[in-house]
Amino acid sequence: MNAAQGSEAETVLRLSGITKRFGTLVANDAISLSLKRGEVVALLGENGAGKTTLMNILFGHYTADEGEIEVFGKPLPAGDPNAALGAGIGMVHQHFTLADQMTVLENIVLGTQSLWSLNLGKSRARAKIRQLATDYGLEVDPDRMITELSVGERQRVEILKALYREARILILDEPTAVLTPMETEALFATLQKLVAAGLSVIFISHKLGEVQSVSDRVVVLRGGKLAGERMTSEATRRELAELMVGGQLPVNEIGPSTPRDVLFELRSVSTPSMGGAALRQISMQLRGGEITGLAGISGNGQAALAALIAGTLEAREGEIVVHGAPAGRWSPRAALDRGLGRIPEDRHATGMIGDMSVAENVISEAYRSPRFSRFGFLDWKAAAAFADDIIKAYDVKCPSADARVRLLSGGNMQKLILGRALDGDPDIILASQPTRGLDVGAVAYVHARLIEARDRGAAVLLISEDLDEIQTLSDRILVIHRGRLSKPSLRGERSVMELGELMAGHGVEEGADHAA
Amino acid sequence: MRLEPRPSSSGAAKILWPAGAILATVVFSSVLVMIAGASPFTVFWLVIKGAAGSQFALLETLTRATPLIFTGLAVAVAFRAKLWNIGAEAQLYLGAVMTVVIGTGAVTLPSAGLIPLIMIAAMLTGALTLLGPAILKTKFGVDEVVTTLLLNFIVLLFVSMLLEGPLKDPMGMGWPQSKRVIADAQLPRLIKGKRLHFGFILAIASAIVVWVIMKKTTLGYEMRAVGHNAEAARFAGIPVNRVIAKTALLSGGLAALAGFSEVAGLKGNLTLDLSPGYGYTGIVVAMLAMLNPLGVIAAAIFVAGIFVGADAMSRSANVPSYIAEVMVATSLLTMVAAIMLMRYRVRWR
Repeated sequence: MNAAQGSEAETVLRLSGITKRFGTLVANDAISLSLKRGEVVALLGENGAGKTTLMNILFGHYTADEGEIEVFGKPLPAGDPNAALGAGIGMVHQHFTLADQMTVLENIVLGTQSLWSLNLGKSRARAKIRQLATDYGLEVDPDRMITELSVGERQRVEILKALYREARILILDEPTAVLTPMETEALFATLQKLVAAGLSVIFISHKLGEVQSVSDRVVVLRGGKLAGERMTSEATRRELAELMVGGQLPVNEIGPSTPRDVLFELRSVSTPSMGGAALRQISMQLRGGEITGLAGISGNGQAALAALIAGTLEAREGEIVVHGAPAGRWSPRAALDRGLGRIPEDRHATGMIGDMSVAENVISEAYRSPRFSRFGFLDWKAAAAFADDIIKAYDVKCPSADARVRLLSGGNMQKLILGRALDGDPDIILASQPTRGLDVGAVAYVHARLIEARDRGAAVLLISEDLDEIQTLSDRILVIHRGRLSKPSLRGERSVMELGELMAGHGVEEGADHAA
Repeated sequence: MRLEPRPSSSGAAKILWPAGAILATVVFSSVLVMIAGASPFTVFWLVIKGAAGSQFALLETLTRATPLIFTGLAVAVAFRAKLWNIGAEAQLYLGAVMTVVIGTGAVTLPSAGLIPLIMIAAMLTGALTLLGPAILKTKFGVDEVVTTLLLNFIVLLFVSMLLEGPLKDPMGMGWPQSKRVIADAQLPRLIKGKRLHFGFILAIASAIVVWVIMKKTTLGYEMRAVGHNAEAARFAGIPVNRVIAKTALLSGGLAALAGFSEVAGLKGNLTLDLSPGYGYTGIVVAMLAMLNPLGVIAAAIFVAGIFVGADAMSRSANVPSYIAEVMVATSLLTMVAAIMLMRYRVRWR
């Protein structure tokens, strides 16, 4: 982005030797980091590498066990979010912190004024917001309610909020996770304007492509330690990836697909809403030997579609057809009996029962089969043996089959779910956000298993908000927008930008009637 | 202040926290005893002596523990599946009603047939009493805490009506009490001339059966799964609503056995003071046992001991026996706090 600032640029932020322990876990181990005026530093690392902990320390949510923070040459008192704000640090969290029932303006001025002032000084605030918005390309109507805004607009409000408080250092935590490709481009343009105006930015991410296009310098964290620091212009993608993972990057080969019969079909199905958009008369077909990817921005009906197929959400109208025959009454049990393997979106809430053991969890879909029970009595030996099989076959790191699932890492929990879902080689597989929050190694593992299932002839539906993932794995891509599906496209048929257009809703409505 | 989950709790913690809870209860009660003008050491010594200091005291404690084991099991089973049954009192009374309806002469059978018949009928009555709230919960989302709690008052009034009307003993000199159950419907005494009766054996057996159900059967597995995470259970194909209904039947049936055993084993007839709140005390018992069916036996004996011991103590020391209620109530609060502290670490910032 900007040319390297050289050593003459002023250092605005200096973290030195930050260490933070949680019990025996060292979340941050003597991390030092500096940020110069007008610079974008990317903080790169996998989940659990310590990025968020570090930023929470900087922002005063945690107190570091060791180390010091200096902002504009002055030491920052530890553990005080107001001190960070006062020193000119603004943070845009991954999960927005906006009051939904208030206007943009009210959200931005919230907390900046004395509780006792009768006059909010709205017109002055409005003028200032308008000015900031035009200066940095953050157009939002100050008088609209937050509920009316898109996710991208809400993020702009968060940035405006920080700028309104005269932030000189802006921290963005995984800001692109919720954005369309176009919105991401717009965000990057805004960041460019901000640094041109002399602000400094810390950009937290685990996506290499983004980091390369937006940052001047990359700081890589791994396992709570500083793994390396590179000028973006001098680092290759591979080098950064290996710093992040700490070794060779696993690569999945995906060969050409051999499409077979349609195994699963939805015929003009509508559903009630599930937090996001409801499905409106959607039709789709899943073929054996193919991975069908469903792209879309969060909240456009993916949750409803996944719940519908999994059997936890009842259709209002339409038909589910399995192996060419109408499925009749659909439920989780029916789905399992028809040979569906299901990977739910939320491992913790839906996938596993955290307070029960590994063995108890892996039999939860089959405990009534003669394999695990007889006359109403469970065969715990068989359950433990099955758990051991999955632990071995899926390389799950856990103390034993008796360990409580809550103690497992996200990746290991996901491997258990994979093992449970793929046991008995189901020929229809629903994978809903199967890699969300996993580290690179676990992601590669999940992908390999999905490819393996596809190659043995299973029909796989991959629902993901990560467009890269969709594009890498899918033989056929569908885009969902406000509960409607686009026409399917084959691998490589549509560009990222074209898919982005569909994700933003251009062309999905028209395509819906003759989809798939 | 913030709560952070502990990675796991060690075996020692599982003993130490509850022990700490009981210690805190004793300390708190000591303050009250001192306010009442007595020495805590004397008072607690008298309580212990009154609860376990003689054969009479011990048998009395076990007799008092019998209904508490049943209601404690009823609550433990329901709470395990996160069905908040606060209505064990109502289920107990309806079980007792069924016992006198059948047992006062309406059916004549040898006791080997009559007692099981009454038992089953009483259990069914209690089971159906809780099934209503369970169905309201699963079908319409009505909070079972409210329905089961309020049902207690409705049932008590209903029993009062029965005792003034159809079930009133014509020979009862006008007292609101039922006729006595016939000899064949009575549970035998375990020791001749003492009050401890066969209901105690039934209670222990029930605890073992419930333990087996929870540990070894698919039903117990389903109940635990639903209790820990209903959404995940539903996703895995466990019929959540049906499991809740089964839990309600089991829990209500167990609570009704308390009423059955009190009437058929101890009192002989039904009066409005059959239960001094056994249904509610069952909640304390279940919590003290951390919902473990075998732990319920120990917890019930402990709580019964406090009541029996406090009665004896109040006769010799000048401290009201209400101290027992206070101790039991306090032990519930400290136990809940201890369970929380066992699972979570408190962080102050």
